[in-house]
Amino acid sequence: MSGPSTYNPSTGIEKWLDERLPIIRLGYDSFVDFPTPRNLNYWWTFGGILAIFLMIQIVSGIVLAMHYVAHEDYAFESVQRITRDVPFGWLIQSMHANGASFFFVAVYLHMFRGLYYGSYKAPREILWILGVVIYLLMMATGFMGYVLPWGQMSYWGAMVITNLIGALPFVGEAIREWLWGGFSVGQATLNRFFSLHYLLPFVIAAVVGLHIWALHVPGNGNPVGLEVKSKKDTLPFHPYYTVKDGFAIIVYLMIFAVFVFFMPNVLGHADNFIPADPLVTPAHIVPEWYYLPFYAILRAIDFGIGPIDAKLGGVLAMFGAIGILFVLPWLDTSKVRSMRYRPLTRWFFIFFVVAALGLGWCGAKNPDDFVLGIEGFKFIYLAKFLTAYYFGYFIVILPVLGIIEKPKERPASIEAAVLGTDKA
Amino acid sequence: MTEENGAPGADGQEPSRRDFIYIAAGGVAAVGGGLVAWPFIDQMNPAADTLALGSIRVDVSTVAVGSEITVMWRGGPVFIRHRTEAEIAEARAVELGALPDEEARNDNLPAGTPGTDANRVLRPEFLIVKGNCTHLGCVPLGLAANTGDYDGWYCPCHGSHYDTSARIRRGPAPENLPVPDYYFETETTVKIGLSPEEADNSGWAVS
Repeated sequence: MSGPSTYNPSTGIEKWLDERLPIIRLGYDSFVDFPTPRNLNYWWTFGGILAIFLMIQIVSGIVLAMHYVAHEDYAFESVQRITRDVPFGWLIQSMHANGASFFFVAVYLHMFRGLYYGSYKAPREILWILGVVIYLLMMATGFMGYVLPWGQMSYWGAMVITNLIGALPFVGEAIREWLWGGFSVGQATLNRFFSLHYLLPFVIAAVVGLHIWALHVPGNGNPVGLEVKSKKDTLPFHPYYTVKDGFAIIVYLMIFAVFVFFMPNVLGHADNFIPADPLVTPAHIVPEWYYLPFYAILRAIDFGIGPIDAKLGGVLAMFGAIGILFVLPWLDTSKVRSMRYRPLTRWFFIFFVVAALGLGWCGAKNPDDFVLGIEGFKFIYLAKFLTAYYFGYFIVILPVLGIIEKPKERPASIEAAVLGTDKA
Repeated sequence: MTEENGAPGADGQEPSRRDFIYIAAGGVAAVGGGLVAWPFIDQMNPAADTLALGSIRVDVSTVAVGSEITVMWRGGPVFIRHRTEAEIAEARAVELGALPDEEARNDNLPAGTPGTDANRVLRPEFLIVKGNCTHLGCVPLGLAANTGDYDGWYCPCHGSHYDTSARIRRGPAPENLPVPDYYFETETTVKIGLSPEEADNSGWAVS
C-alpha cells in the first residue's frame, strides 16, 4: 500500500534537505499521508501505546542507571535510595517498574488483537514473526530488569530461571555456569544482567523499526480482514489515526498514572523488599505476573516422556508455547482473516483467551492447592488441561477448523462494511 | 564468464585461480570471525578470582549430634548435618533400586559410583552436601522447619523430598544433592573445596 510519495516540499529549506536526505518525506509518507483502512477500531491503538511505553522505559531506565549500583552489596540499598533520597526518584522508579507491567498489558492485548483478526496471515507473516521476536526480547529484558533490585524475589527468580537452562542435556550445566559467571547467582550475574538490561531495549527499538517497515509494505489489516481495494477504503493516517491513537494513549496513560502515583507497589511482591539472601528461599517463588501463564505451563509438565525427564519437558513446553507462535501463520489453514466471519473458531478463540488467563491464575497458585477450594481438584490438574488446550488450539483446532468451517458471508469491501451498503 | 588468466570460468567448468582465492579468503574470514568471537563468549565464564575462591574451613565440633548447620561456599549453601545413629541406619537400609537417582553424585569419587550412603559420606556421622535443590535451585528446608517424608530435607518450591543421605526420593528433582570436595583436616575441622594435591590425600575411596 506504500504507493508513490505525495510529499511536496513547500519551503526552500525543505526542498534543499529533500534532495540530500529525504527524511521529512519518509516521516510524511509513513505517519501523515499513510493510507490507513477507514474501519480500524480501538484494538488497533495498542501499537502506538506500545511505542510510547518503549520510550517511557528507555528514558526512565537511562535516568535510573545514573543512580543504580550494580553490586550485590549495594544494589538493594541503591534502589531504596532512589525511591527515598534522589529528587523525583520515587516517581521515575515507579514509572519504570509499573511501566514494565503496562508495557506487557499492551503487548498482550496487541497480540490477542492479532490472533482474533488474523493479522498473522499472508502477506503479513514476517510482520507477525518480528512481533514475536520483540515479545521474546521483552521477556528477556523484563526478566533481567526484575533481578536488578536484588531483593529475595529478584535473586530466587534468577536462580529458578537460570536453573531451567541446566535442564538441557549435555551442555546445560556448562551454559548455566557461563550465564552465572560463577558457581551460583552472584555479583557477576547481577553485573552482566545490568549490562544486557541496558542493551536489549535498543535492540527492541531496532526490531520495532523493522516491524513498522514490514507493516508499511502491505499496510494495516483491519477488523473485516479485507485488503484495501481503492482509495475509498482508506483515510490518511493524520489526522484520523493520530487523533484516535492519541486519545487511546491518553486514556491508557491516565490508568498508568493511577498505579504510578497511588499504588506503585501493588503489582510487585512483598518479598522483594527483603534483600537477597542466598541461604533462604522464599516460601513461594512467583515470577512477575506477565510470566505466570508460561510458569504454569512449565509446572504442568511434571511427568517424563521417554528420554525427556519432567524438568526438561517443562522447559521445552514453556519455550514451545512461545515458539509455536513463530509458525502460527502456517498452522491456521483458513483464508478468512477476521474471526467476525468465523462463527465456530470465534468461540475457540474466546476460550483460548480464557485459557491464557486461567494459566496465569494457575501460575500464581501452589500447584497442590485446590481450585476454588474444591476438594481434590488441584491447580496442577487445571494447569494440565489448559496447557493441553493452549497447544491444541494451535496444533489441532486452527488447522482443522480452517478446512471444515463454513465462514459467514463477508462484505464486498471495507467501504461497504463501514457505510452499510452491504451487510457486514 | 571468460577468465582473464585463461582458465575456465565458474559456470560448471574447471575451478579457476579466482575461485580458489574466493574460497580461501572466505575460509580465513570464517576462522578469523570464530577466533574473534571466542574471547567475547568465554569472558562470561567464571573469572580466575572466582575460581580461586575455592575453599573454606569449617569447625564442626560445635555441631551437636542430631543438629545441622548451613555454611556459605562458592556463593551458595552447604548443609552439614551431624547424623544420629538412627538417621545413619535409615540411610543405609535403603536399597539402591528404591532411589530415583542411583548415582552417588559425589565430587570426590568417579562419576557413576553407586549412590549408597557409604559413598556419600567420609565419616558416617557427618553428611555434607551442597544445599541447592537439583530441580530449580531452591534451598530445601531441614531440621529447623520440615524434613519431608524421608527425614532429610524438603524443598518447598515444588515438593521434592530428600532422605537422611540427601538423596532424592520423591518429587521433581532429578538428582541427589551433590557432595562437594572435602576432607577432614583435623578431627573437628572440615575443609570444603580442595586443591588437586589435597584431593589425592583426602581419604575418599569407593566402597
